[in-house]
Amino acid sequence: MSLKIRKGVPLIDQHDRNGMWGGKFGGNYIPETLKKPIDDLEKLFSKLRKDKKFIEERDYYFKNYVGSPTPFIRLDNLTDYLGGAQVWAKVVSENPGTAHKIYSCIVHCLIAKRSGKRYVCTDTGAGMQGKNLAMVAKKFGLKCKIFMGIRDIERQQKNVIVMKKYGAEVVPVTSGSQTLVDAVSECMRYWVANCDSVHMVIGSTVGPCIFVKISGYSTSQISRELKVQLFEEFGKIPSKLKLLNCVGGGSSAYGFWSEFIDYDKNQIELIGVEAGGSKKSKLHAAPLSNNSKLGILHGAKAYCIQDSDGQIGETESLSSGLDYPSVSPLHCFLKDTGRARYTSATDEEALNAYKLVSEMENISPSLEPSHAFATAISLAPKLSKDTVICVDSCGHSLKDSEIIKSKLGFYTE
Amino acid sequence: MKSEIQIAFENCKNENRPALLTYTVASDPNKKKSLQILNSIAKHADLVEIGFPHSTPVGDGGQIQTSSNRSIKNGFKMRDVFRIVKNFKKLYKTKPVILMGYYNMIYQYGESKFVSDCKKSGVSGIICVDLAWPENKQFAKKCKKKSLNFIQLLSPTTTKDRMKKIIKDSHDMIYYISMLSTTGGKLKVSPKRILENYKKIKRLNPKKNVVIGFGITNKTIKSLKTADGLVVGSMLCKTITDSLRMRQNPVTKLDKVVYNLKNKIL
Repeated sequence: MSLKIRKGVPLIDQHDRNGMWGGKFGGNYIPETLKKPIDDLEKLFSKLRKDKKFIEERDYYFKNYVGSPTPFIRLDNLTDYLGGAQVWAKVVSENPGTAHKIYSCIVHCLIAKRSGKRYVCTDTGAGMQGKNLAMVAKKFGLKCKIFMGIRDIERQQKNVIVMKKYGAEVVPVTSGSQTLVDAVSECMRYWVANCDSVHMVIGSTVGPCIFVKISGYSTSQISRELKVQLFEEFGKIPSKLKLLNCVGGGSSAYGFWSEFIDYDKNQIELIGVEAGGSKKSKLHAAPLSNNSKLGILHGAKAYCIQDSDGQIGETESLSSGLDYPSVSPLHCFLKDTGRARYTSATDEEALNAYKLVSEMENISPSLEPSHAFATAISLAPKLSKDTVICVDSCGHSLKDSEIIKSKLGFYTE
Repeated sequence: MKSEIQIAFENCKNENRPALLTYTVASDPNKKKSLQILNSIAKHADLVEIGFPHSTPVGDGGQIQTSSNRSIKNGFKMRDVFRIVKNFKKLYKTKPVILMGYYNMIYQYGESKFVSDCKKSGVSGIICVDLAWPENKQFAKKCKKKSLNFIQLLSPTTTKDRMKKIIKDSHDMIYYISMLSTTGGKLKVSPKRILENYKKIKRLNPKKNVVIGFGITNKTIKSLKTADGLVVGSMLCKTITDSLRMRQNPVTKLDKVVYNLKNKIL
């Protein structure tokens, strides 16, 4: 199969019978025990997507609970300061969950209810996924278990407190690097042992094919809103538009881009920004921009940081939410087809971007979207004034207040 | 020609007992010791499974994770597993060796090179935890071509229709996962229920050698002795961990544990 994007079909549906995009990325590399639950989930999801009542319910919660649409604003001061392209932000973090994770948590909980399951479990890195699932699960009357590496529990305490407040059980993961990658493994193990009663939620567009699809289906709301907002602001889709998004697993980036993939890349450029880690360190969490090899992790084939033997490699990033050795098969596909390009920003660049943006503007991006802002800041001065750069500010910085305080000496919300 | 695996099961059937399969991790606690362990437990075991450790084993519980991490930390490389098998087979020429692990390791090694190195070193069968049917069809064919057994897994969630298809594509041996669990979980299903499911598989094709694994220890093994074979893994990994902690020799410890396991099913 050639690596080509089909027009008019959502990217999440462009996989083959084996659940692979371009015959190369994704798939279902899972233990036998999970075949049936995944098969059931695939059937249920494809039925629900055509179910008017389900869609109505989804839209009801997106509107009345998330508060759709989230703001799309021009960052005037930053634009003037940089003196080049106009810089805009889609402030997705302006929702009760303060991150884009709220979309897939709602959709997953609606699915769990339809499947008759009363328990949900998930992995979390920065704690945004955990916090949102805890919040939504409580709303829907579902019991919730969150797997989180103890290193992340330490550095993202604020979110842990919120998860517990919503009644979720936070399970500390002590294996391996004690970060997101191990949290996902432990969550999958828990599902293997409890798949008859528990609905598993994966925090991003990673994992077996169906989880990539559900996550991407949910976050697509972001670009549906943005498309309308672009028409409202400009009367048309701008002729020079750049959509910048941080990429860890890649769920917010996919959701931010999905409506725009069919456009010509000369009109709408899609730029993914991975976590480059500390300037002083060789470690990173950026498999796409470092040309990592294809590998299999958590049920999917994708570019993955690993050694020559296939052992998953160590990653490093100040932002827990981007600290993952692999990436969504959707982004591998977008990279290899040339539709999107990927770069990385270092911890230091992200911190500086956070500082500049939060000082100049009335928004406060977390360290994850600060990576995308870092790239926007370096790009904007080189571009013409009629170029529109839009950054997805997909998470709020409050969860990072301790890290920011320790690195910059201060934190103001 | 009959495979070593088939012959091993037939020998056990002639003695009217199930085959005992052990699982230990290559290079755990180190290269030398893991070979010594194999050489010693193979006196009692009918088939030996050797795991090639992976850093993110999603199907394994704490005991096998600990063993895997220990092995990787001690510098395990894929080529080591073939060296261990080669040396083991010098002593046990006809004892079947089954390699078990995760697909990324095989993928990075190269499927064809992996199969050919299996053949060269004397491996008889392969279990790949995260390459289920039908994804494993091609690789299973590749194995069969080189007269290596690709061992299909079945679980309590496998539907009957699916079971039929998988059994059709299986070779001499099938691995039945006793319950919904990662390895090393406490047996949460009654042996009676497990054996009922086991019999369902046997009814679909009585000729296949069906082994039961997951949750099998010295406490539970006897209750399942009517099966064709029983796999003990996590308990052995735990024994290694415990003996290291207590500064005992894991080789003699494991020898004893496996000897006792065998006695329970005679």
